Amino acid sequence: MNVLLDNFPEFRDGFIGTVSITAVSSVIALVLGVVIAGFRVSPVPPLRVFGTAWVTLLRNTPLTLLFLIFFFVVPEILFPGMSPFLLGSLALGFYTSSFVCEAVRSGINTVPLGQAEAARSIGMTFAQTLRMVVLPQATRTVIPPLSSIFIALTKNSAIAGAFSVTELFGWQKLMSDRGYEITPVFIWVALGYLVVTFVISGLFRLLERRMEVAR
Amino acid sequence: MSASVLYDAPGPKAVVRNRVYAVVGSLAILALIGVSVMRLADKGHLAPEMWDIFNYAGIRQNIADAVLATLKVFALAAVGSLVLGVVLAIARLSEHRPVRWLATAFIEVFRSIPLLITIYAVWVGFLTDYSMWALAAGLSVYNGCVQAEVLRAGINSVPKGQGEAAYALGMSKTQVMAGVLIPQAVRAMLPTIISQLVVTLKDTSLGFIILYPELLQTARLIASNTQVNGQYPYVSTIAVIGTIYVAMCLLLSALATWIEKRGRRAKTGIVTASTAGPTEAPGALGTPGGPAGAPGPASKD
Repeated sequence: MNVLLDNFPEFRDGFIGTVSITAVSSVIALVLGVVIAGFRVSPVPPLRVFGTAWVTLLRNTPLTLLFLIFFFVVPEILFPGMSPFLLGSLALGFYTSSFVCEAVRSGINTVPLGQAEAARSIGMTFAQTLRMVVLPQATRTVIPPLSSIFIALTKNSAIAGAFSVTELFGWQKLMSDRGYEITPVFIWVALGYLVVTFVISGLFRLLERRMEVAR
Repeated sequence: MSASVLYDAPGPKAVVRNRVYAVVGSLAILALIGVSVMRLADKGHLAPEMWDIFNYAGIRQNIADAVLATLKVFALAAVGSLVLGVVLAIARLSEHRPVRWLATAFIEVFRSIPLLITIYAVWVGFLTDYSMWALAAGLSVYNGCVQAEVLRAGINSVPKGQGEAAYALGMSKTQVMAGVLIPQAVRAMLPTIISQLVVTLKDTSLGFIILYPELLQTARLIASNTQVNGQYPYVSTIAVIGTIYVAMCLLLSALATWIEKRGRRAKTGIVTASTAGPTEAPGALGTPGGPAGAPGPASKD
């Protein structure tokens, strides 16, 4: 208990750090993932190849290596002096985007072909088919996998702590450097992550219930 | 691609439009790559000396040692996680309520805590001088929990009659489990189990944070200890090490796909879980998505 009370400001900063890096990289992952999924289902071969390469590469690279790339290689290509927070969010977001992409793609693939054919046969345009028939159904199938992807992202954000981004793992490290017993530290950090992941799964369950329809 | 929900087979106008998109798209991608390469060349990262360092016997030896260290931890963690997975899965299906609860609590807790946190705690708390064992232990605990859920789903996917028939023959519970249920469960879940092993392999890179001299840690040491033209060869080292990692993971994934194809050919009546790709879930700390054809692991987190 003392560990938490004595070091509460640092813990609070770490917690806020975890929440904000999760939020920022979720947005990056979602946007990139949907775009890449669009590439992968598009009728344009080079874009499809690019999407496939993107997913294969990012999925088979350890996230830690990706962090190394973003902290040491990317600043050389883009402008140097980006903040660790931004670099960390980008690494996490890029990594997770490949999983989002696959979830979205399989969501689109689960919509029965007949649905779109029926829509076209009653004279709907492409945009109408997409907006009124395909996307609503795809979104519903995508929500459960997205939920576990974002929970995994929260857990992955711990690695950012090792790359000098302020978040909960950083607090664990700091406390063990200060010589506190590791078990209580571990429990508090774990609780911190549990709070974030519970909120995410709660939000997604809410979303799922609101979008539920009888099929 | 005529079987897509999104569009019909393209007509002449659409064909032209698609060609235009193809050209514009490839140009954009090529430009992106070109600009990156040019920027790196400007900073001197593509100079031959930067890549020459991999011709030194010392550095080659370092990398070989690191690959070995990575594989060693991976082997330990793979065995550890599979053993723990079987034990936890059986405990979760136990008839004794306390055992069931304990196993469920253990799985839920360690599955929802970031792996890095667990590894670090094990390292600082118990195995400070044995980073290899700390890494292996952390990986085993986390992946064991995930494997347990995979196995449980597999056991549940075995038709009920199989167990009942075995009991009717007078087999004991242990015999039913070891002789009838688990072999079928493993067979059904093999692709998912291997996918999770790919995740385990990727996660060995977390050893970098507890200073275990695995591939990534070695990469960082090489890059920060060698100076070429007044610069640290991060770009070349990361390119080489990254290639090794991707190759190792792709090999394991290919194994999973191969096994899945073999499993599909055999007509045993057991549904083989499909691997959607190399890894089912967001790698490092992910949970495998529910495999098709078998009830997915209960994801309560």
